Amino acid sequence: MKKNDTIIKIDSVSKAFDGVTVLDEVSLDIKRGEFVTLLGPSGCGKTTLLRLIAGFALPDSGSIYMEGEDITHVPPYQRPLNTVFQRYALFPHLDVYDNVAFGLRLQKMPKDEIDKKVRKVLKMVSMTGYEDRDVESLSGGQQQRVAIARAIVNQPKVLLLDEPLAALDLKMRKDMQIELKEMHQKLGITFIYVTHDQEEALTLSDTIVVVNEGRIQQIGTPADIYNEPQNPFVADFIGESNILNATMIEDGKVNFIGHDFECVDKGFGNDVPVDVVVRPEDIYIMNNLDAAQFTGKVKSCVFKGVHYEMFVDTADGYEVMVQDYNAFEPGSEVGLIIKPQDIQVMKKPFTSNIFEGTMLAEDKVEIFGGEFACKPQEGIAVGDKVEVEVAFNKVDLVDNAEDGVLEGFVSFILYKGNHYHLTVTVDNGAYIYVDTQDIWDKSDWVGVNIAPKDIQIRSLSASAAEVKTQGKDE
Amino acid sequence: MNKRSTWAYPYLVFLLIFVALPLVLVFWYAFQDASGQFTLDNFVRFASETETINTFVYSIEIAIITTLLCLLLGYPAAYILSNTALNPSAVTVVLFILPMWINMLVRTLATVALFDFLTLPLGEGALIFGMVYNFLPFMIYPIYNTLRKMDNSYKRAAQDLGANPLQVFTKVTLPLSMPGISSGVMMVFMPTISTFAVAELLTMNKVKLFGTTIQENINNGMWNYGAALALIMLVIIGLTSVLSDRDAEKEEGGLL
Repeated sequence: MKKNDTIIKIDSVSKAFDGVTVLDEVSLDIKRGEFVTLLGPSGCGKTTLLRLIAGFALPDSGSIYMEGEDITHVPPYQRPLNTVFQRYALFPHLDVYDNVAFGLRLQKMPKDEIDKKVRKVLKMVSMTGYEDRDVESLSGGQQQRVAIARAIVNQPKVLLLDEPLAALDLKMRKDMQIELKEMHQKLGITFIYVTHDQEEALTLSDTIVVVNEGRIQQIGTPADIYNEPQNPFVADFIGESNILNATMIEDGKVNFIGHDFECVDKGFGNDVPVDVVVRPEDIYIMNNLDAAQFTGKVKSCVFKGVHYEMFVDTADGYEVMVQDYNAFEPGSEVGLIIKPQDIQVMKKPFTSNIFEGTMLAEDKVEIFGGEFACKPQEGIAVGDKVEVEVAFNKVDLVDNAEDGVLEGFVSFILYKGNHYHLTVTVDNGAYIYVDTQDIWDKSDWVGVNIAPKDIQIRSLSASAAEVKTQGKDE
Repeated sequence: MNKRSTWAYPYLVFLLIFVALPLVLVFWYAFQDASGQFTLDNFVRFASETETINTFVYSIEIAIITTLLCLLLGYPAAYILSNTALNPSAVTVVLFILPMWINMLVRTLATVALFDFLTLPLGEGALIFGMVYNFLPFMIYPIYNTLRKMDNSYKRAAQDLGANPLQVFTKVTLPLSMPGISSGVMMVFMPTISTFAVAELLTMNKVKLFGTTIQENINNGMWNYGAALALIMLVIIGLTSVLSDRDAEKEEGGLL
């Protein structure tokens, strides 16, 4: 078996349901024999992607190739792949044996051959002796095994697994994870696994594909994804992390939480705003204050089994999470050190909100269907399209959504050491980013207001060069 | 004292007077002659009267034909109604159920008027038409319900395992809708076998069903023979429901 050839190629696939984009130009190559995990929060599009591969849905645009052949419009029953469904979907009118034999019987295989294969695969999932059992009389774990047997007995080239362990209890899930991994090695076929459980993804996969908001955020090995997240979402979603605003001073030197740190990242430019990620286990904590890079006061200390998890308030007003095998009492002064290789620097996707708007009057601008008052603009005609810039920390959120010019819900929250960075999804699916000290909960319904003086407007009809220089001035 | 169980007493009294007592009376009369002596003569008489047996067999035939026609027409209708792609609105379902809200006699009289208007002859054909028309919703609704509640993932799983659309239907959808079919069959078969007013109206009394025979006997004061015939019919209906119950007991199907 060649190790490096592509078995499934997804080529800029998009899919929308009722006008809401679920997948946005997703492209992905899956190598033969790999264990690939599509990882993301619920509603991120990962299950839709799996359904497109299985053939239960058609993409709005883009193509799916299997072994170089376009299978975008091939019906599911003609695709050489099988699925293990989330809630197993075992046929309740058939017993265990008939469920497993279902696919083989459709292939008109001789009876004795079917019998041989079914018994072999039932043995493989340790379900020998259950052949005549009613599937509904089985426990969740046993149904899971039958569902896997029913899929792999057909010897598919690719096995799709849609959150197969989600319905099992923790202990059972851990055991099944190990079994799945062994099964993958034994069968040698490609596994495409969908889950929202980052730990499961890290344990099982050769490659993890992190999906959010219908886009692929990062593709990499579990170690890559954990150690070198490429954006705050990935860093926040995989494991615990401190995500902080920072400034890249020059190559190998970054400033955050009020201190300069040495780092190994290069090529971001000088004095560029960036995000940094520091895993809590990578911050060294000690009683010695003199040898420390920065100091702080322990706020809380919780025992987590293997380590203690502590929140430390730094002298400069930031809060960092630290994990260590030793406990430091709340209230004690501690010294902290972060080593260069433990600082992961990420490019900031945006440094302020940039919207497209329309001038409604000299001092009124329309953004996403809401009317905002702004400073009187000169030289821009009413009805003109304009570019609107609003700093993250100049967006006001109000509890009572009707009091806002726009309404939306908090779709993502990131704690950045001394403030929260929120993503608010407004009515038409557009995002507004907000920096705030206030505490909001995910999916809170909020109103959005912006003070007139904080709305920067640039004419789009003006030359691009002018826009650029104006942008740089800020 | 269990207070809640006292709430059941009115229903219990109702059941005793209107269900249990009539059944006991039917049973009681069936094994008596006119003078009140215990006898099996009523059943012997049924067995020796060819005309009555013929009516009985004919009634069962009509009931079977009606049930089969209802199934043939009702299943596809239920299938289409339950498929959200083919039928996005629930209003159509109500349209199918609507006739059930109207009294059966009114519907039957309307059918007679329709046949008159179209100058079609009343008789066996009209009878079967009228019965199918009357009982079709009782077939559609339980099947519709089972199909609608059926988890789509079963169909997906079958497709995934290599079943083409026809195989998905025969190997998964149809077997899984059996509870609905069996409850629909019961809902149609049981009332059709005992119907008489509909038959009288739609055939101008030309065709006689078993229900009519029972009614005639009772109207003519032959309570004991009538009761025996009613008991025979009850046993037949009881048997069909026991048989279809055995099929249905695994799955919940049900009318509603």
